[in-house]
Amino acid sequence: MKSSLQKNLYGYIICIIVGIFIPLVYPSFVVQFAFAWLFIVMALTWDLQGGQMGYNSFGNIVFFGIGMYTCVVLQIIPFFSLAEWSEGGGEKTFTHTNAQYFRGLLLGILASGFAASLIAAVLGSLILRMRGHYFAICTLALGVAVGEMVSGIEILGGGSGISVPVWPEAAGSIDNRNLLFYYLALGLFALCFLILQLLLRTTFGGTLNAIRDDEDKAEAMGIAVVKYKILGWVISAFFLGFAGAITGNMVGFIDPIDVAFAGATYGVWMILMVIMGGKGTLWGPVIGALIFHVFQELFWTYLLGWQRVALGALIVIIVVFFPKGILGYFQTRSQVKNLSRST
Amino acid sequence: MNPSSTHHQRTSNEVLLNVNQVAKSFGGVIANNNVSLNVKKGEIVGLIGPNGSGKTTLFNSICGSHPIDSGSIVFKDEEIKTFSIAEIARRGLLRTFQHTKIYTGVSVLDNVCISFPRKKIPSYLEMFNRLSKETIAKAEDILKFVGLYEKRFLLAGSLSFGQQKLLEFAMILMSEPELLLLDEPTAGVNPTLINGLIQRLIDINRRYGVTLLVIEHNMRVIMSLAHRIYCLAHGEVIESGLPKQIKNSKKVIDAYLGAK
Ligand SMILES: Nc1ncnc2c1ncn2[C@@H]1O[C@H](COP(=O)(O)OP(=O)(O)OP(=O)(O)O)[C@@H](O)[C@H]1O
Ligand SMILES: [Mg+2]
Repeated sequence: MKSSLQKNLYGYIICIIVGIFIPLVYPSFVVQFAFAWLFIVMALTWDLQGGQMGYNSFGNIVFFGIGMYTCVVLQIIPFFSLAEWSEGGGEKTFTHTNAQYFRGLLLGILASGFAASLIAAVLGSLILRMRGHYFAICTLALGVAVGEMVSGIEILGGGSGISVPVWPEAAGSIDNRNLLFYYLALGLFALCFLILQLLLRTTFGGTLNAIRDDEDKAEAMGIAVVKYKILGWVISAFFLGFAGAITGNMVGFIDPIDVAFAGATYGVWMILMVIMGGKGTLWGPVIGALIFHVFQELFWTYLLGWQRVALGALIVIIVVFFPKGILGYFQTRSQVKNLSRST
Repeated sequence: MNPSSTHHQRTSNEVLLNVNQVAKSFGGVIANNNVSLNVKKGEIVGLIGPNGSGKTTLFNSICGSHPIDSGSIVFKDEEIKTFSIAEIARRGLLRTFQHTKIYTGVSVLDNVCISFPRKKIPSYLEMFNRLSKETIAKAEDILKFVGLYEKRFLLAGSLSFGQQKLLEFAMILMSEPELLLLDEPTAGVNPTLINGLIQRLIDINRRYGVTLLVIEHNMRVIMSLAHRIYCLAHGEVIESGLPKQIKNSKKVIDAYLGAK
């Protein structure tokens, strides 16, 4: 019998191989494919939080937005004045050279995850002493508040947003740009999935599950619950920050409320994807994100005007018929997650 | 079989836990009124009293679940009354709850493994340690001891109530407590299994050297289990002594009859 580790590894490798070749087969869908990987990453990070640790956060979008802004700021400030850029609709006034563009992009993307993690550490040490429901409500407020706050920061373009440096002419057509961000998104997925799976196989993963199942018990057993919870949130924020950076560059224009801190879309979607796929399961977030993405694209294309109603109906159907998510539905008792067996 | 006849007392005079004049009220309700008791290393001490007499409240006070109004709680020569729940647990003082608490969403074996001793706060690196072979082997041994080895790969939440109690013991044993506070260990357990449970508690005390402070309503159980017994009523210690002294104490009998 193959070990579960091996089977999962095969699944992972297949994902990546498909990921490498699919934009070459269907080049016109490359942007949609890129978003598919980004959605999967969002779902995976949310599941660490909501599924593994049992802390439903409605504010993880904050880290996505922070990653996005961190990236764009670092793409601009080494070369131009940020104030002038955001005032004059930067991309019309200033042009990055080829070298500048890529140096800025590298710097911005690398920094985005760390910035998001830093904020998660600070926020976490403030609010992760709260238990479940209180925490959830607090994060809901947080998501809204941060968006509003950033809208008030003039140097970041305020409520009207900030534009992202345009793809330099020397780097070829826009297809090249899309392909680059596609592979960055794929790389992020590869990294995120692998690292999360490895971490969850350690006592860290087991301890997060213990906190989820009974935090009073965990505490009474001597577990430093707050330290574990903060670290869980920091890791979640880390990958979400990168996802934000890549998304910002693909969208091309960062609006604080509708793109960066888009609680009503990305913020809610990342939760729905996990619930659809199956909370706390290995492949649930991946499958949930894919299904969600396909339906969302179809609804937005064919049901314009009714897309949100259709999406709502889909969610209701899933929650009613698959309360534990699609994967939770198929998971039998024999497939209980078993830390001690996977070691 | 009477378990008490098969085990002899192996207590030292070293006081492990010393509760001195502890008081705790909730609004107008005085749950504990100047309660004093002590537990010596190696002992099994019983805590009895009618419903609402303040037994669980005293456990909560000892374990740091809430601040006490006055008094002192010394464990291993250290004042612990201001410590947090986890800080107290890390010093080797663990408790079970009146309602069984296990991690229902993971396997039986994982429940035990993840209960490895947590004597100090781990460093960030240590947080990502893997379960060692020794930890898993030790967990399996303990599961054999409580009789749940065959169920080790099942979801803990799918166990029966009695089995969940056994699992809770296994988790506690895994974490190597020095002093264990048990809140009604036989509550809800099938009467035919109670003797086995008593024997297990005695084994825990003898084989694993765990000192026990046990809240128990079942008189037969506590009489055969405990070396010494304290009786609470209306938040106060009304009597303490050897099991047979408690059995014949008029105050104790009155307290129970009065409450019924
Ligand atoms: N958190 C609380 N808030 C308010 N009152 C409380 C609280 N905890 C306990 N009490 C009160 O303190 C008194 C003692 O309760 P406690 O739970 O300690 O009794 P007990 O001896 O454990 O009873 P039982 O045998 O029924 O478990 C009761 O009157 C109870 O209502
Ligand atoms: Mg009680």
